[in-house]
Amino acid sequence: MKKSALMLALLGSTVMGAGLAHAEDVTLTIESWRNDDLSIWQEKIIPAFEAANPGIKVQFTPSAPAEYNAVLNSKLDAGSAGDLITCRPFDASLALYDKGQLADLSGLGAMANFSDVAKSAWQTDDGSATFCVPMASVIHGFIYNKDAFEELGIEAPATEAEFFAALDKIKEDGTYIPMAMGTNDQWEAATMGYNNVGPNYWKGEEGRLALIKGEQKLTDDQWIAPFRQLAKWKDYLGDGFEAQTYPDSQNLFTLGRAAVYPAGSWEISGFNTQADFAMGAFAPPVANGGDECYISDHTDIAIGMNAASENAEAAKTFLEWVGSAEFATLYANSLPGFFSLNSAQIEMEDPLAQEFVSWRQKCNSTIRSTYQILSRGTPNLENETWNASANVIKGTETPEAAAERLQSGLASWYDPQK
Amino acid sequence: MALGSYKRPVRWHIAVFLAPAVAIYTAIMILPLFGTLQLALFTTVDRELVFVGLDNFRTLFGDVRWSDSFWNALVNNTWFFIIHMLVQNPIGILLAALLSSPRLRMSAFYRTAIFIPTILSFVIVGFAWKLILSPIWGIAPGILDAVGLKSLFAPWLGKEEYALTTLALISVWQFVGIPMMLIYAALLSIPDEILEAAECDGLSGMAQFWKIKLPLILPSIGIISILTFVGNFNAFDLIYSAQGALAGPDFATDVLGTFLYRTFFGFQLQLGDPNMGSTIASAMFLIILVGVSIYLFGIQTRLRRYQF
Repeated sequence: MKKSALMLALLGSTVMGAGLAHAEDVTLTIESWRNDDLSIWQEKIIPAFEAANPGIKVQFTPSAPAEYNAVLNSKLDAGSAGDLITCRPFDASLALYDKGQLADLSGLGAMANFSDVAKSAWQTDDGSATFCVPMASVIHGFIYNKDAFEELGIEAPATEAEFFAALDKIKEDGTYIPMAMGTNDQWEAATMGYNNVGPNYWKGEEGRLALIKGEQKLTDDQWIAPFRQLAKWKDYLGDGFEAQTYPDSQNLFTLGRAAVYPAGSWEISGFNTQADFAMGAFAPPVANGGDECYISDHTDIAIGMNAASENAEAAKTFLEWVGSAEFATLYANSLPGFFSLNSAQIEMEDPLAQEFVSWRQKCNSTIRSTYQILSRGTPNLENETWNASANVIKGTETPEAAAERLQSGLASWYDPQK
Repeated sequence: MALGSYKRPVRWHIAVFLAPAVAIYTAIMILPLFGTLQLALFTTVDRELVFVGLDNFRTLFGDVRWSDSFWNALVNNTWFFIIHMLVQNPIGILLAALLSSPRLRMSAFYRTAIFIPTILSFVIVGFAWKLILSPIWGIAPGILDAVGLKSLFAPWLGKEEYALTTLALISVWQFVGIPMMLIYAALLSIPDEILEAAECDGLSGMAQFWKIKLPLILPSIGIISILTFVGNFNAFDLIYSAQGALAGPDFATDVLGTFLYRTFFGFQLQLGDPNMGSTIASAMFLIILVGVSIYLFGIQTRLRRYQF
């Protein structure tokens, strides 16, 4: 009896305590696909914001990456989505803005901290409205096993000839699988293959924009050349790479069984915890020594505001903070491999991340060629590129045939390419 | 007089008892079905639904890109079905015949062991087989190596020519328990008198199976065939969990279910298109409807039934 009375009193006090806290605080909910980053948001990013902004509480509620777009769209339609929406680049978010579900954030003070390129992924086609605050980009390149390279006496290659010579040497030695990649999941072939080595051939932004304007075609030599290189990769992949999945490739590399991993910088934090050997990175090799180099520095993640949010003021406070240099430093160091798009100089501690980001100084940045505008129709160019790249690596389609197929698919719905 | 004016009371209880089932079935099956058929007749222009009649079907069958994917999926689906009919059902019948043999010991154990995969989740089955067949970590290459047949190993799930057959066989492995159980039940229901009479007439062993038992279980085999047909043409789960929504390699394992999923819900950068998705769903519905009708009106009515 006494015990239960005590319990009741305790329960009552917690309920009242919680009630009081709620009466004062505004709680913001963030929708995101980055469920891998849950602990970093909860332990580092949100406490830092809450300490600086008493009265605003933030909740991070991610869903699985593959389901995010579908889940978010239905939540927005039903009116149950959170106040803050993590934005996919380009058309997925643009569609939400056009529907009036994402608020126009052009007036946000923090927008001045971002370059036009950084903002381009979350703007209307004419650039008149920006609807998400850019958070980070990811850079493509190759991560390699430094110990293995030293053991075999290989330097990180800078040109294509050196690249294939290094792979030949690793293959000859036989201790390591030269390159860890499979074609089972298809997207690696396009994202870490085609869009990784491609910008060197189509000269980054120059080629990408020419393609959008219809001045170049996917059947032009500079767009077939990446496929020709991919076709050569086949000989350096592990046995049975046709059935090798993305996690298989990650494990092959971090277990030290493969020497080179065609990568995106988002792998860095995972690899740092998994691999017990020294790692280095090199940018996609250029055709001849001294050629100008191009890297895929893809604007990948941003955050916007639900137009129907009841806590618009608090949400804007949060977004201003996301646009600040303080957030950029925190984010880039908590998640090495996600590079801040903020114009402020951000210090990063992770050596591998530093290596990746240093390419921004010596190479020209571009984004993945298939993301802006060109994947609006059916057939979807990005998805077709997955399939084509995987086929080319497997050798079931020639580079020319693959390019021909992509071009005819794009031309079937995209007027400038007709 | 009194009898003449007697009317049978309205039998309300029938309606009352049927109502819950009819209401639930209507709400979760019939309405969505008609909703889908209706959605297939519309298209979205500037976020407005516009009635376009059969235009979506014209696109699906007339536009080379859509029709190629559709026929590819349909052919794959048919092959998936053929493998089940040629492998799963004969093996199921064979196992049932063995299990019903009175001389077999531990038949309860075999029955359970063979049936267990059926109750496993598709995700577990897909993932487990993917690991077993993995060229990197799998035990399949190791086992083949141990018996000196390593050269026979190929990354089956990654090759266009084998992937679909491999998946069909995995599905057979999972579901062989169902025809086995149904046929087993049918075999057990054959009265002993008939079998004894057959023995008196000198029929035993294989001859008895072919001449007496098989004709008696034919209706069950018919039901199993139609269940297999409906199940296979609705297949999605195993392929999605093993190969993903792109049904790789190069759409070699794409069936109508995965094609529908990609179209309806969208995939990666491709936005979902509920109208074309519904068009595919309607086409699937019609294919299954035609198949089932052929069976019901063409075959089942001609099957001879025996009353004991």
